[in-house]
Amino acid sequence: MSALDTDPASAAGHGTEEELDHDTLHITVGGYVTGFVLAVVLTTIPFWLVMAKVFPNPTVTTFVILGFAIVQIYVHMVFFLHMTSKAEGGWTWMSLIFTLVLVVITLSGSLWITYNLKANMMLPSPEQMRNMP
Amino acid sequence: MSDSTATVALGAAGEARALRFYDSGGHHPENGTLLGFWLYLMSDTLVFACLFAAYGVLGRNYAGGPSGADLFSLPLVAVNTSLLLLSSITYGFVVIEMQRKRQGATLAWLALTGLLGAGFVGIELHEFAHLIHEGNGPQRSAFLSSFFTLVGTHGLHVTFGIVWLLTLMAQVARHGLIAANRRRLMCLSMFWHFLDVIWIGVFTFVYLMGALQ
Amino acid sequence: MSEHADLAKLVFGRLTWEAIPLHEPILLATFVAVVIGGVAVVAAITYFRAWGPLWRDWITSIDHKKIGVMYVILGLVMLLRGFADAVMMRAHQAIAFGDAMGYLPPHHYDQIFTAHGVIMVLFVAMPLVTGLMNFVVPLQIGARDVAFPFLNNFSFWMTACGAALVMMSLFVGEFARTGWLAYPPLSGIIASPDVGVDYYIWSLQVAGVGTMLSGVNLIATIVKMRAPGMSMMKMPIFTWTALCTNVLIVAAFPVLTAVLALLSLDRYVGTNFFTNDLGGNPMMYVNLIWIWGHPEVYILILPAFGIFSEVVSTFSGKRLFGYASMVYATVVITILSYLVWLHHFFTMGSGASVNAFFGITTMIISIPTGAKIFNWLFTMYRGRIRFEVPMLWTVSFMVTFVIGGMTGVLLAVPPADFVLHNSLFLVAHFHNVIIGGVLFGLMAGITYWFPKAFGYKLDPFWGKCSFWFWTIGFYFAFMPLYVLGLMGVTRRLSHFDDQSLQIWFQIAALGALLIALGILSFIIQLFVSFRRRASLTDTTGDPWNGRTLEWSTSSPPPVYNFAFTPIVHDTDAWYDMKKRGHIRPVAGFVPIHMPKNTGAGFVLAVLSAICGFGLIWHMWLVAAAGFVTLIVAAIVHTFNYDREFYIPAEAVLRAEDARTGLLASHV
Repeated sequence: MSALDTDPASAAGHGTEEELDHDTLHITVGGYVTGFVLAVVLTTIPFWLVMAKVFPNPTVTTFVILGFAIVQIYVHMVFFLHMTSKAEGGWTWMSLIFTLVLVVITLSGSLWITYNLKANMMLPSPEQMRNMP
Repeated sequence: MSDSTATVALGAAGEARALRFYDSGGHHPENGTLLGFWLYLMSDTLVFACLFAAYGVLGRNYAGGPSGADLFSLPLVAVNTSLLLLSSITYGFVVIEMQRKRQGATLAWLALTGLLGAGFVGIELHEFAHLIHEGNGPQRSAFLSSFFTLVGTHGLHVTFGIVWLLTLMAQVARHGLIAANRRRLMCLSMFWHFLDVIWIGVFTFVYLMGALQ
Repeated sequence: MSEHADLAKLVFGRLTWEAIPLHEPILLATFVAVVIGGVAVVAAITYFRAWGPLWRDWITSIDHKKIGVMYVILGLVMLLRGFADAVMMRAHQAIAFGDAMGYLPPHHYDQIFTAHGVIMVLFVAMPLVTGLMNFVVPLQIGARDVAFPFLNNFSFWMTACGAALVMMSLFVGEFARTGWLAYPPLSGIIASPDVGVDYYIWSLQVAGVGTMLSGVNLIATIVKMRAPGMSMMKMPIFTWTALCTNVLIVAAFPVLTAVLALLSLDRYVGTNFFTNDLGGNPMMYVNLIWIWGHPEVYILILPAFGIFSEVVSTFSGKRLFGYASMVYATVVITILSYLVWLHHFFTMGSGASVNAFFGITTMIISIPTGAKIFNWLFTMYRGRIRFEVPMLWTVSFMVTFVIGGMTGVLLAVPPADFVLHNSLFLVAHFHNVIIGGVLFGLMAGITYWFPKAFGYKLDPFWGKCSFWFWTIGFYFAFMPLYVLGLMGVTRRLSHFDDQSLQIWFQIAALGALLIALGILSFIIQLFVSFRRRASLTDTTGDPWNGRTLEWSTSSPPPVYNFAFTPIVHDTDAWYDMKKRGHIRPVAGFVPIHMPKNTGAGFVLAVLSAICGFGLIWHMWLVAAAGFVTLIVAAIVHTFNYDREFYIPAEAVLRAEDARTGLLASHV
C-alpha cells in the first residue's frame, strides 16, 4: 500500500492531482443533464423524421439528419467530453481538428475517387452491354 | 569550463542565480496520460473513418440481396441508442461521484453503466444472430460485409470497454479513488463517450440513411 | 481414428511437416547457417553468463536509451536479410535472359521481392528511425525518459515479434507473392489460399500496434516533457521533425490496421470487401492502402531531414539557417502528405479531373523540401565545415536525394506516369529517395550519435570506406534502372527475352556488389571501433562540439539522463550554455524518480506473436488460447501499481563525481 500512498505523481504537487481537479471544476451535474436532454432531443427528431417519413424527398431528410448528427456530436464533445480549446495547452483541440480534417479527406477523397473509378472502370451491366454501339 | 571542478551548490552564490541553467530539483514533468489517451482515441477515430469510408463506397452493393431498408428494425435501433445514451450519463455520474471522493457511489454508477452497455451489446448480438440465421450474414454481399464490420467493430469496442470497466471496478474497490485510479476512470470516461459519438455516426449514416433507400 | 485426426486438425490447423521447405536448397542452407549462428550466440551468452544481465538490463528495460539501441540493432539485423534478398534478385536478373531461366523459380522470386519490400520499409527503416528518435528526443528536450516508458518497451517487442513472424516464414511455410502492399484480388483467399499473405497480414498488424503506440508516446513526450524554458520554437530541429513524424504515425497507421483487417476478414470470414464478386471493389483496397502508404514514406524521410539539419549545423559550426522556415516546411509537408496519395495509382482509371488534382498537389509538396535544401546550403555557406563522416553522408544525400526528388516530380505528371508506372523507372525513383534520403540520413545519424550511446566514436577510416562504397554502389545499382524504365521494362519480372537489356542488369548487379562492400565495411567498422575504443573514447560527452542538450550529458549518459533538469533560454540550448559560461553542478543532488523495469511488455508481445502464428496456420485453439492469455496478462499487469522507485541522492552523487573525474582527466 505504501507505494500507492506515496504515488510520486501526486506527491509532486503539480501533475495529475491538480490537473484533474482543475479540469473537473467544469464538471457539474447540470452540465451532464443538459447534455443528456439535448442528446435525447437530437436523437428523437431524426428517428421520427425517418420512421414517419416526414419529408417526401429522402435527400432532404438525409441532409437534415446529417446536420442533427453533427450538432449532437458537438453536444457530446462539449457536455460529456468537456472539450475546450484550452485543455492540455490546446493540444487536444488541435489534434481533434487535425483528425477531423483527415476524416473529411479520407471520406470525401475515397468517395470521389471510387465514384470516378466505378464510372470509368467497372464492368457494364447486361443492360448496358446490350445497348453498346 | 573554468570552474567545472569547483564545488557549486545551486542557489548558494548570487552569480549562480543570475542566469540559471539548471533546475534545483523541484521540476516534475506534467503527467501525459490524459493527452496520450486522447491521441489514441484520435487514431481510433481514423480506424472508424476507414470503416465508414468502406461502408460509404460498398454500402449500396447489395449483390441482388436485401438492402438496409429490407433488414433494419429502426425501433430496435432506437432502443439500443437509448441504452447507450443512458450509459453515457450514468458514466457522467461516475465522474461526479469520483470528484466527490465517494467510492461506493462511484462503484454503483459504474455497475449501472456496465449493465446498460451489456444490454446494448446483447441486443446487437441478437440482431446479428437473426440476420445470419436468415442467410444475411457478412458473406452475403459487400453491403452486409461493411455493415457487420462497422457495427461489429463498434460493438467490440463497447465489449472491451465493459471488460475495462469491470477491471476498474475491482481496482477501485481494492485501492480506492487514488490518483492512478482517477486517471484511469477519466480515460475510460473519454473512451465511453467517444464510443457514443461514433454511434451517432453509425445510427445516422448506416441505419437511418439505409432505411431511407 | 478420425477423432485423432480431428484433434490434430484442431491443434495444428493446416501446419504439417510439408511446411518445412526441405526441397529448396537455398532455404535449407540458410536454415543451417541460422541454426549454427543461433547456437553460437546462445553459447556465447551462456559462456559469458550474460542471461541474467540480458533479461534484467536489456529485455525488461524501460530506459529509452536501451530501447533505442535495441531498435537500431533490430533494424541492422533485418537490413542484412533484406539486402540478401536484393542481392539474390540482382544476381538472378543479371542472368535470366532468353533460354537462361536464372536460378530462382518464379514462385520463389515473387516471395523475394515481396519480402524485400516489406522488410526494408517496415522492419529496417521504421525500427532504425524509431530507434534514433527514441534515443535522442528525450535527451534533446532535457527529459529523463519518454512519457510512457512501459509502453515504449512493449512497442519495441511488438515490432521485434512482427519481424520474427516474417523471418519464420522463411523456414515454416512461405511468404506472400503479391508485392509489398499485397493488392487484392491476388492477395485474396482464392488467388492466394496459402499462408504467405497471412504471414504478411499478422506480422504487419503486430508490428503496427507497436508503431502506433510509439507514435502516441513520443508526441506526449515532446508536448509534455520539455525542459523549462524550451518553448516549441526553441526545440531542436530533430525534435520538431520527430514530432511531425509521430503525428503522421498516429494519423496513418490506423488506416493500415483497418485495411489489413478488412483483407483478413475477406480471407478468414469470406466477406466481400475486395473480392471480384458479390459487390466487392478491389480498387478500394488500393485507395485505402495508399492513404496509409504515402504518409508512411514521409514518416521515413522526415527524421532523416532532422538528422541532416543537426549534422549540417554542427559540422558547419553555425546555427541552422532559417529555423522558422524549416519548422513551417516540416509542418506543411506533414499536412500535404495526406493530399497526394492517388499519384500511386494514376493509371487505375479515376479519370482526368482526379488525376489532375492529385498531380498538382504532388508537385506542390516538393516545394517545402526544396526550401529545406536551400536552408542547408545557406547553413554551410561561410561556415567552418568539418568533413567528418556524418557530413560526408549529408553531402551525398543532398546530391542524390535531389535527383530522386526530380524524378518524383517527373512521375507526378499523370501523362508521364502512364508510361512509367510500374516500370523500373519507378523502382529507381523510390530507391533513389529512400537510399539517398533515408538510409544516408540513418548512417549519418548512427555515426553522429554512436559516441553518445556507447562512449567511443566509430572508426573514421572504415566509415569513409562504407560511405564511398554505398554512394558509388548506389549509382551503379540504380542509374541503369532509370534507363531500363525509360525503355519500357516492367518491374517485378523474373525473366526477359530481350538480350540487349542484359548489360544494364549486369551493371546494376555490380552496383549491388559495391553496396555489399559498403555494408561489410560498416560491420568491420563496428568491430574495429570496439577493439580500438580506448583510442576513440569520448571523455567529454561532446565529441563534435555539438549545439543541443544531449551533448551536455556524459557518453553514455547516466540512467537518469540529467541530475538536474536544464533550464533553456535559447534554441541550440547547449551551445547557448557553453557560450554563456554555465557551471556544471557537482553537489546538492536530490533523489531522482524513475520507472521500474518490467517483463510484461516482452510477455505480451510474445503472446501476440503466438496468437498471430496460430491465426496464420488456422490453429484456432492456439490462436484463441494466445489471445485469451494476452488479455488476461494485460489485465494482470494493470493490477501492478508498484512501478516506480527513487534513485538515492548518494547514487547520483557517485555517478556525477565519476564524470567530474573524467572531465578533469581530459583537461
